[in-house]
Amino acid sequence: MHRFANPAHFMRVSQILLPWLAGVTILLLAAGLVLALVVAPPDYQQGESVRIMFVHVPAAWMAMCAYTTLAAASAAALIWRHPLAEIAAEETAPLGAVFTGLCLVSGSLWGEPMWGTWWAWDARMTSVLVLFFLYLGYMALLNAFDDPTRGRRAAAILALVGFVNVPIIKFSVDWWNTLHQPASVLRLGGPAIDPSILTPLLVMALAFTLLFATLLVVRMRAALMERKIRVLDAAAGGALG
Amino acid sequence: MGFSTWLQMGGYAIFVWPAYGIAAAALGLLAAATVRRYRMAQRRLAQLTATRRGETA
Amino acid sequence: MVSFKALLLRDLRLAFRQGGDGAMAVIFFVLAALLFPFGLGPEPEALARDAVGIVWVMALLASLLALDRLFQGDWEDGSLDLIALSPLPLELVVLAKALGHWLVSGLPLLIAAPIVASMLQFDPAGLPRLVLALALGTPTLSLLGAVGAALTLGARRAAVLVSLLVLPLEIPILIFGVAAADPAATGDGSTQIMVLGALLAVALPLCPWAAAAALRQALD
Repeated sequence: MHRFANPAHFMRVSQILLPWLAGVTILLLAAGLVLALVVAPPDYQQGESVRIMFVHVPAAWMAMCAYTTLAAASAAALIWRHPLAEIAAEETAPLGAVFTGLCLVSGSLWGEPMWGTWWAWDARMTSVLVLFFLYLGYMALLNAFDDPTRGRRAAAILALVGFVNVPIIKFSVDWWNTLHQPASVLRLGGPAIDPSILTPLLVMALAFTLLFATLLVVRMRAALMERKIRVLDAAAGGALG
Repeated sequence: MGFSTWLQMGGYAIFVWPAYGIAAAALGLLAAATVRRYRMAQRRLAQLTATRRGETA
Repeated sequence: MVSFKALLLRDLRLAFRQGGDGAMAVIFFVLAALLFPFGLGPEPEALARDAVGIVWVMALLASLLALDRLFQGDWEDGSLDLIALSPLPLELVVLAKALGHWLVSGLPLLIAAPIVASMLQFDPAGLPRLVLALALGTPTLSLLGAVGAALTLGARRAAVLVSLLVLPLEIPILIFGVAAADPAATGDGSTQIMVLGALLAVALPLCPWAAAAALRQALD
């Protein structure tokens, strides 16, 4: 087994990393907010409403990154039956759901001033909505069985089946000419946005990524502690019984 | 640019501020719930290991 | 000896003996679709515009009806274990089950849908395209349903859970299916028909594979 895969090793390493992760996250969030709300210039077409992009796009990126993490952890859990992978998958799902919900809500708030509609059934929006339901379905399936192992394995398969949605979200704006504009940051040939807009965007994206990582590490530590608690509770019950 | 001008966000205030507000609320609640769960687990684990040590002492 | 044909015929015989499931799906489809004129008002133009959407949504819901029991009967009485031990690959077992499900609840829909659509004032000229779209879409619904049924085998509230898992995955079929037959759309819908065909072509190998993996977890 890989050296870092050992749960005890994970607890030791994460204990050292966690304060740094949390600290840098807070710094980046603060910097990002200042850049997004104050420093960034208003768009010549959209005015100040362009600032919503600094929440909406990072949230969308996180929604997809989280699902990729979920799928990768699920694959590892199914192939190697690794307890750390199982925990990572379980704890990623709620985080991904929150970012996806945030993406949808901020998208609606941006869409109304920009396109004149709160919602449209364009390819990208529909697939992000499907992504949201995939997260919910994953969490429901996880808890639907009396045997928790069964729940984890079934949910892992669902996570892998649903992964087809992620490339659809990414490439939908290139395949269908609907409301969303084509990719302007993550494309061959480099970003096509002005640095004054690109910098706040990247800072917020990095902040969201580190927030996700921090929360995931904390949740995994909590989950590992809860497992130990269950074992100790059971042992104490046996000793008293 | 005055503070109240900045607050108005060029007329888009009812879109921009709810977007940031909901983001802050959602992520903030998520972080708070996560920390709470972590602290509760820490406390319970400390309790149980102390009891065990007490029993085997 | 368990063979694909034997499995399929057995399921069909069971379905007809019970009489219930397949006929229920079609009756539900017709009844529910006919509720819409009462709810939306009988104006012909409004109904005709919504007819395609109503027919497709009802088709999705009707296909969900018998899904949670797709594998459950065999799983509960132990026959699924025996079937899994047989030389027939589990993927083909899933395919047989999905095909049985489609023959009993999807195929009758192809006959009921034009009738229902006409009652909803749908333009008869668009009926062949509607039936073609349904013919390509409903098998994919059965295949996706089989994956959902396999994943939720033995779960609490399996019936509701299957719907929660399967309906989001079926939304693309709904969108393309409606677009293919939509009388208000520009173009003849042939691109959408091709997409529906492509979705079926992708689902045919992938869904049995995923469902078989889920069944193996359930049987472990």
